[in-house]
Amino acid sequence: MLAAKAIDGKLSRWRSFVPIKYFASLPAFERPISAHEDLTSGANALMGSFSDTVCGRNDAMEAENFKNQGVNDFTSLVKYRNDEDIRRPSPWNGQKAVASSYCFPNRVHDMLYMPLRNFSSQSSATSFTDVKTRFLGSIPKFVKIVEVGPRDGLQNEKAIVPTAVKVDLIKMLVSSGLSVIEATSFVSPKWVPQLADAKDVLEAIQSVQGAKFPVLTPNLKGFAAAVAAGAKEVAIFAAASESFSRSNINCSIKDSLYRYREVAHAARNSSIPVRGYISCVVGCPVEGAVSPLQVVYVAKALLDMGCTEISLGDTIGVGTPGTVVPMLEAVLEVVPVEKLAVHFHDTYGQALSNILVSLQMGIRTVDSAVSGLGGCPYAKGASGNVATEDVVYMLNGLGVKTNVDLEKVILAGDFICKHLGRSPGSKVAKALSRIPENASKL
Amino acid sequence: MSSLEEPISLDRLPSLSNIDHHRFSSTACRPRGEDLGMGYRWIEGRSCSTSNSCEEDFEEYNRENFMWWKQRRGTSRRGISNGRTLSLGRNQVPNGNISDSLYLPDDQYNSCNYNYTMDMPNKLLRDIPKYVKIVEVGPRDGLQNEKNIVPTSIKVELIRKLVSSGLAVIEATSFVSPKWVPQLSDAKEVMEAVKNLEGTRLPVLTPNLKGFEAAIAAGAKEIAVFASASESFSKSNINCSIEESLTRYRAVTHAAQKLSIPVRGYVSCVIGCPVEGAVPPSKVAYVAKELYDMGCFEISLGDTIGVGTLGTVLPMLEAVMVVVPVEKLAVHFHDTYGQSLPNILVSLQMGISTVDSSVSGLGGCPYAKGASGNVATEDVVYMLNGLGIKTNVDLGKLLLAGEFINKHLGRQSGSKTAIAFSRKTADASKI
Repeated sequence: MLAAKAIDGKLSRWRSFVPIKYFASLPAFERPISAHEDLTSGANALMGSFSDTVCGRNDAMEAENFKNQGVNDFTSLVKYRNDEDIRRPSPWNGQKAVASSYCFPNRVHDMLYMPLRNFSSQSSATSFTDVKTRFLGSIPKFVKIVEVGPRDGLQNEKAIVPTAVKVDLIKMLVSSGLSVIEATSFVSPKWVPQLADAKDVLEAIQSVQGAKFPVLTPNLKGFAAAVAAGAKEVAIFAAASESFSRSNINCSIKDSLYRYREVAHAARNSSIPVRGYISCVVGCPVEGAVSPLQVVYVAKALLDMGCTEISLGDTIGVGTPGTVVPMLEAVLEVVPVEKLAVHFHDTYGQALSNILVSLQMGIRTVDSAVSGLGGCPYAKGASGNVATEDVVYMLNGLGVKTNVDLEKVILAGDFICKHLGRSPGSKVAKALSRIPENASKL
Repeated sequence: MSSLEEPISLDRLPSLSNIDHHRFSSTACRPRGEDLGMGYRWIEGRSCSTSNSCEEDFEEYNRENFMWWKQRRGTSRRGISNGRTLSLGRNQVPNGNISDSLYLPDDQYNSCNYNYTMDMPNKLLRDIPKYVKIVEVGPRDGLQNEKNIVPTSIKVELIRKLVSSGLAVIEATSFVSPKWVPQLSDAKEVMEAVKNLEGTRLPVLTPNLKGFEAAIAAGAKEIAVFASASESFSKSNINCSIEESLTRYRAVTHAAQKLSIPVRGYVSCVIGCPVEGAVPPSKVAYVAKELYDMGCFEISLGDTIGVGTLGTVLPMLEAVMVVVPVEKLAVHFHDTYGQSLPNILVSLQMGISTVDSSVSGLGGCPYAKGASGNVATEDVVYMLNGLGIKTNVDLGKLLLAGEFINKHLGRQSGSKTAIAFSRKTADASKI
């Protein structure tokens, strides 16, 4: 299983990625932190190491200053940090927030995106190092976010969204840095009228660079239509629960796998990568709890038929770390971790903690939907997909690279929510939005 | 909805290490003798005629296994789950407008007796406490931000409902000047109405000696004091510097000690301050230590504006754990950026076993209007149930309490769990 077996807790991770001779040329904040061996334990050490992370850029001089002057000068450090940072213009930058005199400065987010790897509590107690290695050692350095808003999010909307709006949304998402965006689905318009314009959407985004646009193809017919429209990546959708498979796609798991084998075969012939989804990996609305073994079976089948990535979906959002961890452990026995993705729903508010434990287990791909688009089809009005903004916020706080610009994702979310006429499903977006929801309440 | 009413408990699953993964590949067809592991019932002597036979075998195996699981389930109904969730039955719901299907899924999905310390030595969940105390702050921290004054009787009824759900500690009210917090000007009446409720501790906030005396006169048996880790926040929130506030609280705790009244200490802005920005962990450790030294039996670390993530929470907890023992620490995260549950999870992994939360997520963020504030107790309990941690909280009754206060406030619940449960009954026909 994936584990960063630390030769020495701090340096091995770096050694595996960077040849020693390049150490000196690394940006300061990415250098190994062995320089601070001299710090003694206790509050001093903590302050010192904290100042390093706060600076982010590990400016040793500034750190010294801070340590010597004590905490009262922390605010001056904050100012220093912000001046040198380049802030992209955004609606809420510098704005006196929200009719309250306590304007929450945006700069705090920079402060708080501490590259966790650099943090070392120089306290001599080894238990702290153990703790960090145990909890954070396996968290990947880079996490790929697969944006499913335009497909999984919009497909549950009652009101048909115009093609132009969908295309604009996709373009905005691409500009935020998301590298994989599920564009649409080639299913029968009878089942999902929202995505009847799949062909038009795909053709409109053919020219958009910088992102991959997988599309859902439930059968050969859909696959052929997708390829004709210019799809370069497809996705297939199996269920770990027999009852859900029957009720959702009208056939048993075995039959659906047989059908997908055909699609995968055709995709292989056209050199088109295939992503596999497994739904109901923790619980099923009909059957109840789903055994990890069922998920293992389907995952292995999808892997064997050639899927490049398998996304494990907690369709009704009932998973908690207590059920997610055993499920992941089971699947990790048969599927290599780099081929796994997690797709949690936030119906019970558990998505972010589930994502956290998945990261701790080494998973490095997370599915999410901008602004939490896409309610739960089994509990109307309840939330569904986890919001991309919230995920990016958490990953930023963990020091994990995503290449996603949070502000631009929030803009994309605002755009689609304005069109749909509803408030954002993302708490981060709500907290940072310029238009307060309940301005009169407080 | 579902015929399954029992969670499939993990200790009854066949050990995964016994699976021969080769079996599920296209090349393996026959079960080998050494594959027979605990709980497996291979169908002996089955020959593979087509390449799909492995799936057929697996289906057969799966079916057999499910039969076996079902049997196990039937025999040990009572023993499996925590008794409290099984108590959510037809005859237990006080008012009939919440149907039973509301609660059964809860049983199925998260009230499993996953006993992680023995059956699941996964390093991530190994050291999580077995029991977590939830401190409910809804009636005080939640309601104090409401513009419309909530009548005393509603507050008292809310507290009663919360007590009946099994919560061990419920912050009842606050003895501050009505000029600052008009919502809680009825502190005396509320306290007198609830002081005799059995089975729950009811601490109250007392910012100074005057408040303390009023609290004692009204019958309070536990108090709380509130310091800040950020100087600017302290000045703007309670109009004095950190040192001055600590001096004030020293007087309060001294008086409390004389009367053997326990004191809980809160530290606010432990991660970030709306004015200053990031707050150094050492400062938090300093304030926590001061509160601990002056006699607080518990220190609750509050991320007042909800900006914390793992990257900032871990260093802060590490700093504080150097000076205050972990069993005296509590965490009070705000869900403004949706980060509170992962933060709580990480705190549990670090050994913290007391969590503050507010029923239905009552109490918005005063610094980002419209944004959420406290984390919802229902969501926390859902997660803890899923982890197999005992809380002694009855989720069903908690949902009722949340529904009650939301009906009065005229708004939707701030808890996703509550919304999901309420929607499920409304839409049972969807499935």
